[in-house]
Amino acid sequence: MADKVEFELVSPEKLLISQPVRMVVVPGADGYFGVLPGHAPMIVTVKPGVIDVYAEDMNAVTGRVFVAGGFAEVTDTRCTVLAEEAVDVAALDRAAVEKQVADLSEDLAEAKGEFERKTLETRLAVAQAKLAAVGGVH
Amino acid sequence: MPSLKDIRNRIGSVKSTQKITSAMKMVAASKLRRAQEQAEAGRPYADRMARMLSSLAANLNDAAGGPRLMVGTGDDRVHLLVVISSDRGLCGGFNGAIVREAKRTIQRLLADGKQVKLICVGRKGRDLLRRDYAKLIVQSYEELGKKKLSFADADKVASKVLEMFDAGEFDVAHLLYNKFKSAIAQIPTLQQIVPFAPPKGEGAAASAGPKAQYEFEPGEEQILTELLPKNLAIQVYSALLESAASEQGARMTAMDNATRNAGDMIKKLTLVYNRTRQASITKELIEIISGAEAV
Repeated sequence: MADKVEFELVSPEKLLISQPVRMVVVPGADGYFGVLPGHAPMIVTVKPGVIDVYAEDMNAVTGRVFVAGGFAEVTDTRCTVLAEEAVDVAALDRAAVEKQVADLSEDLAEAKGEFERKTLETRLAVAQAKLAAVGGVH
Repeated sequence: MPSLKDIRNRIGSVKSTQKITSAMKMVAASKLRRAQEQAEAGRPYADRMARMLSSLAANLNDAAGGPRLMVGTGDDRVHLLVVISSDRGLCGGFNGAIVREAKRTIQRLLADGKQVKLICVGRKGRDLLRRDYAKLIVQSYEELGKKKLSFADADKVASKVLEMFDAGEFDVAHLLYNKFKSAIAQIPTLQQIVPFAPPKGEGAAASAGPKAQYEFEPGEEQILTELLPKNLAIQVYSALLESAASEQGARMTAMDNATRNAGDMIKKLTLVYNRTRQASITKELIEIISGAEAV
């Protein structure tokens, strides 16, 4: 058995990452889960959060990518994450994210109609998760 | 008989038209390449989404269950048609073809006694359809992805469709767009998006691969209810990409033809110009000679 999993991160616009890694930690809907080679096959919904990539060493995080929710498909040799939005955590701007959270909460307070409120709530949750991701860096 | 000056002006104007069309052709060619690259880049996501869906669908065998987006409302009365056209003209038969196909579909549905609703993407399609079916148009979008088509644009259209579906405003939805075959050929394509029909041939591909028994977290049903709206957005997105590539392809071909036509016209006009000039010189000479003889 190979000692690495093929990790792929795909957004609707392009294939972002495709590389063999030792381990990835993905924010699943029911909690974070780590994927190592030989993982049982599963399909999971991903909630907004940060994916940690351990490319070489099990103790060193080599990449942190924020995803705004999506889906993950895991097989024993492969881990594919379909994300609607994916940004490198280092590229996030704390001030901009804080402003986004503030704006969205404001919009939500004024939102009319169920549909509008629901979409805004989702977007707010994404922005808050983003803020948490930025906070983890500083 | 036009004078020499008229012909000269005419040649000048045809020449400047030719410059414009050949520049437009060049622009369309580079935009086409970009659109194709974008369509290429979007493919992995759609592929993997399709793979997940097919393994989900395989696990969800009982026909009675499943979310409504998958099984439909069980009715077939109100049809929604999402017509994707372009915002700008000068692209040959691109918009004409899509509108003709749309009208044919609408007439067929109306003749069957169904109710039809339209969502128009792109100004040209809306303008042409508004003439006959203004009452059917529920929403229209313009200048989607004017700079660069993004997934957010597709999401806007898809969430409108979902909103209408949740409100029970239609039973069946189709996408109508130009599928890109080559720069010369674009095929108007009608594709059903609600209820979701798994594309044929995909099941065979899935069973060819190693059959893995997936675990689902949380539950198949719940994943499906989240995955299906995403899948709808993806389908709209890839249709928009196809349509964008087709538009540039059609424009490139049309402008290539126009440039060539202008070249032909310049040749003909130059011939006429030279002939007229020759004729007037001959005429003057004859006048001088016959004047001299008369003396």
